[in-house]
Order: sequence, then structure tokens, then C-alpha cells
Amino acid sequence: MSVETMSIFSPELSARFDELVTRYPMKRSALIPMLLYAQDEVGYLSDAVIDEIARRIGITPLDVRNVATYYSMLRFKPAGRFNVQVCTNISCMLRGGYKIFDRFQERLGIGHKGVTADGLFSLEEVECIGACCWAPAIQVNYDFHDELTEERVDAILEQYRSQNAGGR
Amino acid sequence: MADVTFTVDGKTLTAPAGTLLIDACRKAGIEIPAFCYYPGLSLQAACRMCVVRQEKVPKLQTACTTPVAEGQVFITESPEIAQARKATLQLLLGNHPLDCPVCDAGGECELQDMTFKYGAGESLYVEAKQHREEQKWSPAVYFDRPRCILCYRCVRMCGEGMDVWALGIQNRGVTAVIAPNGGDHLDCEQCGMCIDVCPVGALTSGTYRYKSRPWEMKHVSTVCTHCADGCKVTLGVRRANDGMEIVRADNRDKSGINGDFLCAKGRFGFDFVESAERLTQPLVRNVAGVLEPTTWEKAIRHVAKRFQEIVSRSGTSKNGRGQDGPGSIGVIGSTRTTNEENYLLQKFARTVLKTQHIDHERTADYATFHGLLVGSTGRAAGLKEIAAAPAILLLGGNPTEEHPLLAWSLRSDVRLNHARLYVANTQAIRLERQAVRSLHLADGDYEALVRSLSGDETALAGLPDAAAFRDALAGEESLVVICGAEFRGAALAALMRWGLSRPQVKFALLSDGVNARGAADMGVYPDLMPGYQMLAGDGPMHQEYAGMPVTSGKDYVAMMEAAGSGKLNGLLVVGADPFAALGVADGALKDTFLVVQDCFLTRTAAQADVVLPTASLYEKTGTVTNCYGDVQMVRKAADKAGVKPDFEILVRLAGAMGVDVRTLVPFGDSQGVRADMGQTRGAQAGEADRHAVWLAAHALEPKLSPFDPLAILDEVERLVPEYKLDRLNLFAGNESTTEPGAGFVSVESLLQRKDGVVAAHPGLFDSGLLSEKTSALQQLRRHQEKLTVAAD
Repeated sequence: MSVETMSIFSPELSARFDELVTRYPMKRSALIPMLLYAQDEVGYLSDAVIDEIARRIGITPLDVRNVATYYSMLRFKPAGRFNVQVCTNISCMLRGGYKIFDRFQERLGIGHKGVTADGLFSLEEVECIGACCWAPAIQVNYDFHDELTEERVDAILEQYRSQNAGGR
Repeated sequence: MADVTFTVDGKTLTAPAGTLLIDACRKAGIEIPAFCYYPGLSLQAACRMCVVRQEKVPKLQTACTTPVAEGQVFITESPEIAQARKATLQLLLGNHPLDCPVCDAGGECELQDMTFKYGAGESLYVEAKQHREEQKWSPAVYFDRPRCILCYRCVRMCGEGMDVWALGIQNRGVTAVIAPNGGDHLDCEQCGMCIDVCPVGALTSGTYRYKSRPWEMKHVSTVCTHCADGCKVTLGVRRANDGMEIVRADNRDKSGINGDFLCAKGRFGFDFVESAERLTQPLVRNVAGVLEPTTWEKAIRHVAKRFQEIVSRSGTSKNGRGQDGPGSIGVIGSTRTTNEENYLLQKFARTVLKTQHIDHERTADYATFHGLLVGSTGRAAGLKEIAAAPAILLLGGNPTEEHPLLAWSLRSDVRLNHARLYVANTQAIRLERQAVRSLHLADGDYEALVRSLSGDETALAGLPDAAAFRDALAGEESLVVICGAEFRGAALAALMRWGLSRPQVKFALLSDGVNARGAADMGVYPDLMPGYQMLAGDGPMHQEYAGMPVTSGKDYVAMMEAAGSGKLNGLLVVGADPFAALGVADGALKDTFLVVQDCFLTRTAAQADVVLPTASLYEKTGTVTNCYGDVQMVRKAADKAGVKPDFEILVRLAGAMGVDVRTLVPFGDSQGVRADMGQTRGAQAGEADRHAVWLAAHALEPKLSPFDPLAILDEVERLVPEYKLDRLNLFAGNESTTEPGAGFVSVESLLQRKDGVVAAHPGLFDSGLLSEKTSALQQLRRHQEKLTVAAD
């Protein structure tokens, strides 16, 4: 049974959190996975998310923020439905990562950390995503797209637009 | 742990194994600099200032995280180490603004001192500095981000020390910043401990910022006037138009019973001294019925004449209602005045006004407490004993709100000494977080708890944890029992009898008012003399107080009733406001000659025939006793033209009434008053004589006046057996704890009296009249109220 009677999370996530905090000798060890899963479900770490996680592991919301603010992949503002993360670290940079990034900026009309007006896309320039062998690479939510060319950017965007239109 | 021997800079040192090198060195007088290390808090090892060279270890080691072991060899100062520290400073100074000339910390800044020592005067960093505007986190706490050196002292102090956890660190990395819990404001106890531990000027105090330079102030160490814990406080004073003004309060040398600690009241609650509402001239009611300013001479003469008339005549009084003569004047004392003033007040009442009607607003039943301890030794716990006790039982009370220093001491004891704290209370209190066991009692269950502790299985039978609580306590070898003021009379006696039946149980009783314990100890009671001695008897005090009334007088409430019905012809009220406290209607005492000594025009003062403006505790000398029986020295810090200490007023009144003041205050050389002729100034032989000779030669020998409160302290020590004080310790600024066991009094007779206690429960920003008149505390109170409203 959930310890939280008024959870803002889905019943599945709630149940997952209930179990997660029992896995470690100290409840707060579950903090980072909880933040990540909560972000996946809610889209970002809202004040309500932070408050509930703090309550669940018995620390203050300030403690949660102390940790969360360190990680660049945890965000405090909503991202687009599809969060485009373009790698510009050394391998991707040498293979044209910035060109890819520029193309996304141009096509979406937003810059680093921007969100399109319709809330569909957001764009981030990120550090290495571990796909150096297939550089340049990007990550859209949890999907990888690699060995990119500027031309393929349009196709990728189109793919997500139609995915959205299809309601999937 | 076993001692180990190691070498530092060629000196052989010995310390228990596991001691941190930085502590061991500091004890041996070897200074190791550190920003992040702070005694009593967890280790951070963030600043790299304490680096030392350890033999056979390849890299420099941080002294704050190196436990000493047998045979180690360290070097703490060398060109290599100086260079490492200098490099650290260069990094810290990279973005540190050079606003030292206007920074509050300038002159007492640890970063300044270190830069001065290691000389990182030239910066290798040429880019523009990142500036951020300062932020107001609360009326008490301001944050100047660029000055912060990220030592984390404030974060740890707030969390570990205060158990508030209001400060955190965000965006760890190059953009790391100290962050308050409210986003842009602080939702906390506003104690200001973060400001105190900040080694630079990043956290500054709302009451002190941009007001003064540290070296412009004179620092006077005295005792905080706001609650019964009696923290030592250093007041920074500066010359002002009408005397000396207080600009800052802290515990500068971190000495005394409170060490590092001060709460919001102690740190920010001093501006009542400068309040525009402060009375600075005596007021006498004129024929038109209006209080009119007058001179001290006229006011004193007027009061003396009227008192004299009432005392010396007998028969029906002028107004035709009451009786004049002895016993027709009431006296109400204060929990804010010194021991000397309280002692003098009761002596004045009993021997000059010849009345038995004297009392004060009692906030705890010290008579019973004392009565049960008589004849035992070492059963009363001073605060330092509490702070080091292995096990503590806290019954009732709410130290976090009402006794901040006690709460701090208990938290520290649990954290640093692994003490076991047991809490039993009818309300939920914050200290349960530190308790090994806590028991939630229903209202009125305290007596059942005492029965349960005493072995009555049926008591508290409905409470499942009660048996385990009792068994855990039974397993404690020694115990300090601290009880709130709700324990009194029979309940207190039952609790103490249980404790006294076990070896190694000590007691403390909480009260309210900086000298609430002192007022009780000094016999400001209608039925008890100083040291809780009975009125009838033939002890040394009875012989010296020849001719005083020996029947019990009226208590606080009865006195006000008698005065209201015209049966008391005179009433002297010192530092109390019975009209407000008891809800007496204006005009109720119009037939009574009412004299009030106070700092402000209280409701009672507004009704008085004569109002005498008094000095506050920060403007006089004497001693006070905190609720744990620790006696401490009060020293005059501020000075306000026009006001006089209550002590001087009483002596003058007696003098004007034709009394030989020598019988009241044993001043001069007849009764063993000693003056400091330089003896206390150190080991230089002959200095005392040189002073005496020089002073006499220039006709400057001390003329000991009857206004010297320390003359009365001599008498207190002589006549009150509990007050055998360690004078040297006391005058050196430490506490000297009383021994209630040394008293003599019949317990049974004490138990049969009415305790008359009205327990006060002041909050974190409240100390009655004085906090009301302190704008800094009122601002803080409003800030807290806004937060509470926002949270609802």
C-alpha cells in the first residue's frame, strides 16, 4: 500500500517508489532514481514533485534541491514533449555536431534550453551521450539518432511530428 | 582512548588517539588556519587551508581530517605549506569583492587575516568579477553572495547545531551557492547562528550591517536580559548623544555557559534600550492628576515623604479606608532585576517599609524545588552539567521555544557526547527528534507518569510505551531530570522524591525571566526570606533584620486585591506590570499611593503617582541567577542619561526616609567590603601595593559608595548559604553555580504553602515588555507570522 495517500504520481510510479525506498539501508539513497523517474512521468521537477519526494524519504525539500541542482539532466522547468539533446563533445564536434545543432536551432526557431511555442520540442546542447563511434549523435527523450547529416535533421523532426499527430 | 605521542614542528605532543590533528595542535598552542573546520560540527574538508606536511606521506594532508596516531611527524609551517595556503587564498579571492572598507566583517574577517598572513595580495585572475546583488533573506539575515567562500559552516550550523536545516547548497560546482529553504527567504528560527559562524561578511546581521566598524566599539561581556537561560552576551557599545548605545550583540569570545550559542532574542533584541518610548525623567502626578516630569531629587523626596507618613503613623489612613502603620505598604519585585536589587528590595521592604507584603510574579515553584534539595549535595544541575550529562529526562516544557540555550545544549550533548535524551510531554515538541524515547501524555498525566516511574504498574496502564520508558530510565546509571514550570507543589515534590530515592539523579526546574530564580532565591516572597528561610527563627539573618514583621504577608494577587479595595495604602512596584498581568481595571488603585520603577510607561506605570525611570539590565552591574542556578556577572554596557539602576533608587529612598544606609548596604570599610586595588590584574608581584600607594598619594583611593551592588553581594554570600560563590570565577566572566542543598528550611512547611506560580510561555521572539519594545524582534515576529500565514 502506498504511504502517500495523496500522491501526485501515477499508481504504478507510486508503488515503484514505495518499493524503492526499502531497498537501501538509508531511504535517501533512493533520491536520485526517484528524481529521474518522477521527471520521466511529470516532465520536470515541479515544486510538488520535490515536496512529495522529500516527504517520501523524510528529508526537507531544500535537501532535494541541494542534490537535484547538481545534475544537468534534471530540470526544473517543463521541456517539450520531445526533448532534443544534441551532443557537441569532441567526437561529435569533429564530425559536425555544431552543424546539427545549428540546423535544429534554425528549424525549431529556438536556442539552447528553448521550448517551441506549441510545447512539442525542446532543444539542448549536451555533453557526451556515449555514442562517439557513430558521431555526430543526438538523443530525443530516450531514443538515439546517430551518424547524422544536416539533411536527416528535417526527417527526424518530421518523424516526431507525425508521431505526435498519430497520438502515440 | 589511549594517549599517543607524535611530533609537530619538532615539538613532542601527546593526545588521545583519534584526536584530530587540528584540535591537538590548537590545544598545544600551534595555530593551524581553517575556514571550513568548526569545532563541534561535522567535518567538511572543503577549504584546504589546514594543509600540513606529514612525514612519509606523498601529499599535503588536511589537519582537520587527520586523526593523530603514535609516532607521526608533522610540519605545519614551511615555505611549501605557505605556498599551498597562498594558492588557496588566491582561488578564494578570485571572485571575492574588495569591499573590505565597507564590509561588516572588515577588521574581524578570517579571510582578511589569512590574506594578511600569507600575502595573496596580487591576483592572477584578470577577468571581471561576477557581481550579484545582496539578498535580504529575513529582517535578521542578509546574504552577499560574492563574498561567500563556500566553507559550509552556516549550512552545518543551521542543520546540525540548530536542527533547523534551513540552509543548503545548490548548483554544486563552479556556480555553487548557499540557498535558503524558502527560495528567496529564510523560514527558520532566525537565531543568527549562521551570521555568527560566517568567517567572512557573506552573511550579515540586519541589526548591525553598515552601522559600525568592529574597532569603533567597546565590547562588554554581560548576561542577556530576555530569558531564564542567562546566556553570556557581548554587547558592542559606542558613544552616543545621551550616553552609550548598543550596536551589536554576540558572544564574542564564545565563553561561558552558552559557548557559541545565542538565539534571536539575545542577538537582535537590544534596541529597546534606545526606544523612543523609554522613560528618562521621573514623573510625579500633579494636582491636575497628570504625570509631570520632575527632577530625581523632588521625586525621591516626594516618595520618601509619603512612605514615611504611611509607615510611621498608625490608625486610620488619610483616605479613611485602610490602616496606616507597619504592614500597610505592598512591594512587588521583578524577575528582570539583579540578585543584589532583589535582595535589597526585600530588605528595604522588611526593615524600612516594615511590611511583610512582598512578592513577585512567580514563574516556577522554586520554594518546593529548593525545599526538597536541602540537606543533599550535588543534586542540582547547572547548565554545564546538563550539557555534558550522559542521560537526561525532560518532563514538560518546550525548550526549543522557551529555553533556546537548553535546547541547544541538549542537541549538542546528544550529537557530540551520544547522550540519551528521554522526553515526556503533553504536547509534541521539537526535541523529540533527538530523544531516544519519547512519551506523549494526555493533559494532566504528569502525576501518573511520576507514579509510573516510581514503580506503580497501574499508572499510565493505557499507554503502551510507558513501561518501556520506565525500564529504560531505570537502566540509566545517572540522570539529569529537567522539568518545566508545570511541575509544582505536590507534583514536583513527588517527582523529586522519586529522583532523590536513586543515586546520581540531578534536577533542574525551568522558569521565565532572566532572574526568576534569583528573585526567588533572594526571598522576594511574602513568607520566605533570602535562601527560602522562614520568617520566624533566630538565624543570623533574623538577628540582622531585627524588628521585621514575622507573619506571612499577602502574595502578588492578594496584594493587588487589597490595594484595589483600599486596604493597602502604598504600593511599590519594581519592574513588573500587575495591571496588565492580572487585568486590573484602570483607576482601581486610585486610593493607593502607587510608585512604579520601570523602563517604560507600562499600564501600571500609567496609573502610578510616581514613576521612576530605571536602567535596564544592560545598563547596570550586579549578578543574576539563571533557572539552573548558575550565577553570572552582569556588567554595565549601555548608558542612558536620566535613568538610574533600581539599586541606587532604593538606597536613595531609604536615605531620604532618614534611614542610615549603612544598615541597608554594608559599604565602606566597616563590614568587610573589599576593593580591587589591582590584585586581579595578574601575577606581577607588588602591583597591588603600587596601585594603592599611587592612588592614596593622589587622593584617588576608591570611595566605596552605597550604590555599589557588590557590597550587597558580600552580604548575600554571608547570609544565604546557597550562595557560596567562586568570586574569582565569577568576576572573570564565568558562572558560579549555587548549591541549594546547603540551605536550611523545613520541607513540610514549604509544601503546605500556596505556590502561586503562573507559568509564562514566551516564544522565540517574546520576553514580555522588553521584546514588545524591541523593534528588531517585532520585525522578526511579523516576518514569521507572514510565513505562517503563507504556509496555511
